[in-house]
Amino acid sequence: MSDPDHPSTTRRDALKCMAWAGTGALWALNGGVASSTMLGAGTAAKPASFTFLQISDSHVGFAKPANPDARATLREAVAKIAGMPVKPDFIVHTGDITQLSRDSEFDDADQILRETGVQTFFVPGEHDMLDEGTGKAFLARYGKNAPGGSQGAGWFNFDHQGVHFIGLVNVADLKPGGMGRLGAEQIAWLTRDLAGRPASTPIIVLAHIPLWTVYAEWGWGTDDAAQALKLLARFGSVSILNGHIHQIAQKVEGRMVFHTARSTAFPQPAPGTAPSPGPQTVPAGQLHALLGITDVAFQRGAERIALTDSTLA
Amino acid sequence: MNRLLFTLLLAAATLPAAIPAAPARHAHHAAPAQHTAPVAPAKSAPTAAPSVHISNFTFNPQALKIRAGQTVTWVNDDDIPHNVTAVDKSFKSKVLDTGERFSFTFPHAGTYAYFCGLHPHMTGKVVVTA
Repeated sequence: MSDPDHPSTTRRDALKCMAWAGTGALWALNGGVASSTMLGAGTAAKPASFTFLQISDSHVGFAKPANPDARATLREAVAKIAGMPVKPDFIVHTGDITQLSRDSEFDDADQILRETGVQTFFVPGEHDMLDEGTGKAFLARYGKNAPGGSQGAGWFNFDHQGVHFIGLVNVADLKPGGMGRLGAEQIAWLTRDLAGRPASTPIIVLAHIPLWTVYAEWGWGTDDAAQALKLLARFGSVSILNGHIHQIAQKVEGRMVFHTARSTAFPQPAPGTAPSPGPQTVPAGQLHALLGITDVAFQRGAERIALTDSTLA
Repeated sequence: MNRLLFTLLLAAATLPAAIPAAPARHAHHAAPAQHTAPVAPAKSAPTAAPSVHISNFTFNPQALKIRAGQTVTWVNDDDIPHNVTAVDKSFKSKVLDTGERFSFTFPHAGTYAYFCGLHPHMTGKVVVTA
């Protein structure tokens, strides 16, 4: 099933290369083991069984110097999706749809995203939990999006073309001094969900805050993620798609691949390069090159998942 | 007796013996003697408005000392919303956007730990003396 002889140094080099290139890069899971290549090298030409799109951190309502109009940049992202040669089967939004969880912000986000004409699944970010009911507004709107509805604070699963999708919530009931948190109830649900599932099932996990510690000093991690990752470790192909940090970060660990998407609203500084993780204001004309979306292609025959990050520039 | 010394003695007399360092810190925090020297009994004396500024994802000061009955005001100076959530759930602000404030009055002595419910690595405490 897996290909343990795959040269990991090549993979790491290419990942490093992509992190620098930022756009037009592609990485893949092949037979359960990650490999990678650059777009244009020929591998992207083969048609995928299906594609979906990841969009993240839209912060509708944000209107500060780092981006005076986050609605406008979300519209640009939607226009980019509409212009794609292959229409994605669906979109996943990995949280911080809104800035302050206001009804008007959710309304605007819905209206803008509806123009894609594609069904969208949502996991909440901490900015989507700020209503009086601490997340009830999010649940009322998106809790029924997934087949069978969502559980708890909004976690869900669904299957698409043989791939098992899991949407997790790591922004609810956060604890003092901590980072992101899944909680015992959600981990118990995940345990039941994965039990008995064949290890050959490709798994794609969605969550807002990264499920690996990118930078603890800024809270960029999930305290109890290790419990979830332990449950996922036996699967041959696990892709974990996150947002929250408004920049691309990638890691490969065993057969698990971690990736964070860019924001459609504003960039944040690289870990430790600024006094705080607050919005980064860049010179006029540079913003769009730091915002973007992620296109995900799953290729059935090759058991291959490929991600392509592209900017709004 | 000069006024500062009087303040110190008065503060010392009203503080529990368990925290011997507190009187000096209190006097330092309250700063100018003309503002803190009580003209009436100590209970109604403090007039300075204690505040905590939220900036760069930190609460400043991280530990604030006040007297029982005083009101603390938090102000968010960041471009990102935060909130103020007591660890023991005794108080919780709504989300504070840039420039927004939250005030809470502490009637009783004690140490009140709090954090930001959005960014829980941000923590602070209010130390209230009788």
